[in-house]
Order: sequence, then structure tokens, then C-alpha cells
Amino acid sequence: MASGVKPRVKVPKSASAGEAIVIKTLISHPMESGQRKDSSGNPIPRSIINRFTCEFNGQSVIDITMEPAISTNPYFEFEATVPEAGDFAFTWYDDDGSVYNDTQSIAV
Amino acid sequence: MDFTRRETLALTGAAALTFVLPFRANAAVDDAIANFTGGAAVGDAGVELTAPEIAENGNTVPISVSAPGATAIMILAAGNPTPGVATFNFGPLAASQSASTRMRLAGTQDVIAIAKLADGSFARSSKTVKVTIGGCGG
Amino acid sequence: MKYKAMTAFAALAISAPMLFAGGADDDTLSIDGEVMISKTAAPAHMAETGIDTIISGWHFREDDTQAMQTDTFDNPGMIAVDQAIDAWNTVEGTAEKSCASCHEGPESLAGVRAVYPKWNAEAGEMRTLAMQVNNCRTEQMGAEAYKYDGAQMTAMEALISVQSRGMPVNVAIDGPAAEYYEKGKEIYYTRYGQLELSCANCHEQNYGNYIRADHLSQGQINGFPTYRLKNAGLVQTHNRFRGCIRDTRAETFAVGSPEFIALEVYVASRGNGLSVEGPSVRQ
Repeated sequence: MASGVKPRVKVPKSASAGEAIVIKTLISHPMESGQRKDSSGNPIPRSIINRFTCEFNGQSVIDITMEPAISTNPYFEFEATVPEAGDFAFTWYDDDGSVYNDTQSIAV
Repeated sequence: MDFTRRETLALTGAAALTFVLPFRANAAVDDAIANFTGGAAVGDAGVELTAPEIAENGNTVPISVSAPGATAIMILAAGNPTPGVATFNFGPLAASQSASTRMRLAGTQDVIAIAKLADGSFARSSKTVKVTIGGCGG
Repeated sequence: MKYKAMTAFAALAISAPMLFAGGADDDTLSIDGEVMISKTAAPAHMAETGIDTIISGWHFREDDTQAMQTDTFDNPGMIAVDQAIDAWNTVEGTAEKSCASCHEGPESLAGVRAVYPKWNAEAGEMRTLAMQVNNCRTEQMGAEAYKYDGAQMTAMEALISVQSRGMPVNVAIDGPAAEYYEKGKEIYYTRYGQLELSCANCHEQNYGNYIRADHLSQGQINGFPTYRLKNAGLVQTHNRFRGCIRDTRAETFAVGSPEFIALEVYVASRGNGLSVEGPSVRQ
């Protein structure tokens, strides 16, 4: 597991039924691209978060396939429809198999 | 400066290689697009790509894409060692088919967005982003 | 006749770039809606420098970079603040204490960042924020000191800086601090390295101009520790001093050295009046 990985999500506390809200997510992760070399000249192997998903009450909002060109501390901003009160589930999948989660509830 | 034959040959070889390499990179971009579209024709209306004209630092370049009604949008960086950046797949609860993120650019290059629209057709937009090399502090 | 026209043309050609050399922009910096003081009258002690308005480095950055700082969510430096909050509440060391044990919440340190580096009368030394944090750790907590410019220290500095966000920098330069102020001022105006550049050459005489593609700022440190896009991470004041001197192709002073402590006192005082922005976002 990459060390010190910390997710942050920004979701409004409440919304009206059917409203579109803006969600922002940030996660601390070095996103080692595989292009860098260490001080001895050996390539540092790729180790990135390769997928991010956001679901609301089990339904998909967005599913992002990520490549090494996404910056360190990956940031995403997107919009979601809120049909009813419930929970947003955010998941990040790491190359090394780790999975990072965060959830945010929203009232309607 | 006097060149030996050996040096001249080596230099020409290197020069030839630098001509070849960009073409190879473009092939990677074409492959990625073909994979995404399945070889279908790509139009130029229906997807919007917002990227800065000059990126203050290539490490973190903010971009956003929007394609109303699209099911997916793929972003490529034509001049990076590997062109893939991200593919956004929009689910049923996506309020709009738009997203923003921050990407890395290895140098001045074209950023390309390809959207798969609701009717199964594809649309493409691209922007040239200049990546500067700073003075002090790199 | 021909020569006169040519010199006139040459003069115009040389002056034209000056017209386009971007000075600081006119935007207003507000973070989460709170307006920051990012431009203000220069403090009295800078009378001889020729600078009458001190300007935060924020103004010299491109719009996209500036936008990242206006929202504490968008600011990637805030991730380190989150990590520091965890460290704040973690019990460490032989005294079985965490920062919270004595200081309760981080909010109790409001105003601290704005007055550092500060003379510590009890210890009889000039202390930077990092030195004070390490002193607390080793003396009060019985814990190991953080590496001066390591990730943990920089994150803690960012957490402490956030508590003073918006407050004007107010570093003392009189009394026991005067000696450090003078020493720092001497370093500021000394040319270093193969390139023989002093801090003043770029940041006092050429702020607003471009050095290659970099837009030179006044070199203020009210925004430190700063999230540098280039490093994709937080950078501390002494790190930046070291980087700048290294860029003149000189052997640089060490992080935490007496020279850099003095320089930090001087440079911080050049920003007296600007709001603490930390952690800021820069290129």
C-alpha cells in the first residue's frame, strides 16, 4: 500500500431531489509514472492509482480509467444527480492492489 | 570541428532516429483512438476541451472536458511518452457529461479529447498547450 | 540621418518589451471567500529599496495556478494539513503526549505563524517555526525531532500557517532580532555563485520581469510553506533559499543554518503587512 494516501471529498451536505451537485475529490498519492529514474539511473517502476469510481446508493455516477499522465495527488471534479437522500461511495484502485475508500452522506 | 566517418555515421543515425520517433509517438495516439472508436469515423462537433494556452508548470495542468449526452470521453496527450491520460465513463447518475482534472505534460504538445456520443458516433477536439521551462527554480 | 533613425528604432525595440513585461496583476485574492491582503504599502524599513508596494507572489502567477489557491479544497497543499492534523493528535515520545495534550486544538496557535521567526528570550536564540516545533517535540514530548525540511515538518508548518491565514505578517526586527535582520539583509544583497546574482538582483530590481519563462515575484515568503507545482509537494522557506542560491551556481548554505535563519528574518520582514496565505500554491 502506498504510504500516507489520504482521500478528501467535497460534497454538499444537502440538495433538493433531482438536483445536480458538484463533487470534487482529491487524494494524496505520488502517482509514480514509471518515467523517472532514481539517483543510480535505474527506472522507478510505475505505481499509480489506475481507476476511480463514484457511486450513489449503488448506482454509478462516474468511472474513470487513470493513466500515468494524471498529476500527483489526483484531482477530479464532476457533477452528480441526487434523486433522493443517500450515500456517495468513492473508491480509488491502486496498481499495487490497495483500494482506498471514502463515503459522504447527503440529505434531501 | 572535424568529424571522423564513424562520428558522421553515428550523428546521421541519431538524426534519422529523431525524425522517426515523433512518428512512432503519433502511431501510439492513433492506436489509442482506434481502440476507443473501433475504427469508426470521428467528427469534430460535440465535445469541448478546456486547457490553458500556457501551462505554468507541466507537472500540474488543469483541464476539463464536456460532451453533452456522451457515454465516455477519452483524453490523450499526443507528445507524452505514453499518450493515455484518462477515460471518463459517465454513469446513469452523472448530472452532466463533464469532468475536470489535472494532468502532466512532458512538453508543449496537443491535448486531444475524443467523446463517444449518445448515438454511438464519435467527436474529437484538441488544443495545443505550451509548456514553459522556468528560469530560476526550473 | 540613417543612424539616428536606427538608434531611435533600437531604443523603441528595447523599450517595447518593458511595456509588455507583465507586472503583478490586479486580481483580488480571496481564499474561501475571505479576502487576503496581497498588496500593501511597503514597511518603513524598506524605504531605501525603492519598493513602495509589497506584493504577494500570488499576483505573479498564471490564472490557473492562482485559482488553485482560492479554494481550500482545490489547494493540494491542504492534504498535508490533513496529515498534520493526524500527527497533531498522535501521542509520541517518552512523555506520552501529543501536540493536542498541551495545545488542545490547532486553532490555539492562531497568530503564531504571523510573527515567526521570533526571538525566544528564555532560550536566548532566534527561532524559526521549524525550530520551535522540534523544541516542543524534544523538550516537552520527549519525542524525536522531525527532519528540518522533511515532509512531516513541512506539513506541520502548513497546519500552523493555516491558523494564521489572513493575518498580517508581523516579524519583529528590533531588539535582539536586529542583529539577525542586519545579517539577513547583508546576505540578501550579496551576489553569489558563478552567475553572481543576489536576491535583490531578481526580486527587487526585476520583479515583474521574466527570467526565461518564469515571472519573477518580489520573493515574499508570506505564502510559505507553498505547494509547488514543480515538486507536486510542499516546499519550505529554507528549501527555496537553497534552491535559489544553487541556481546561481553557488555552494549553498544548509537548511536550518544560521545564515538562512537570518535571511528568513529579513525576507519575512520585507513582507510585514501581507496576509499569511499558507499553504499557498505556486509554480
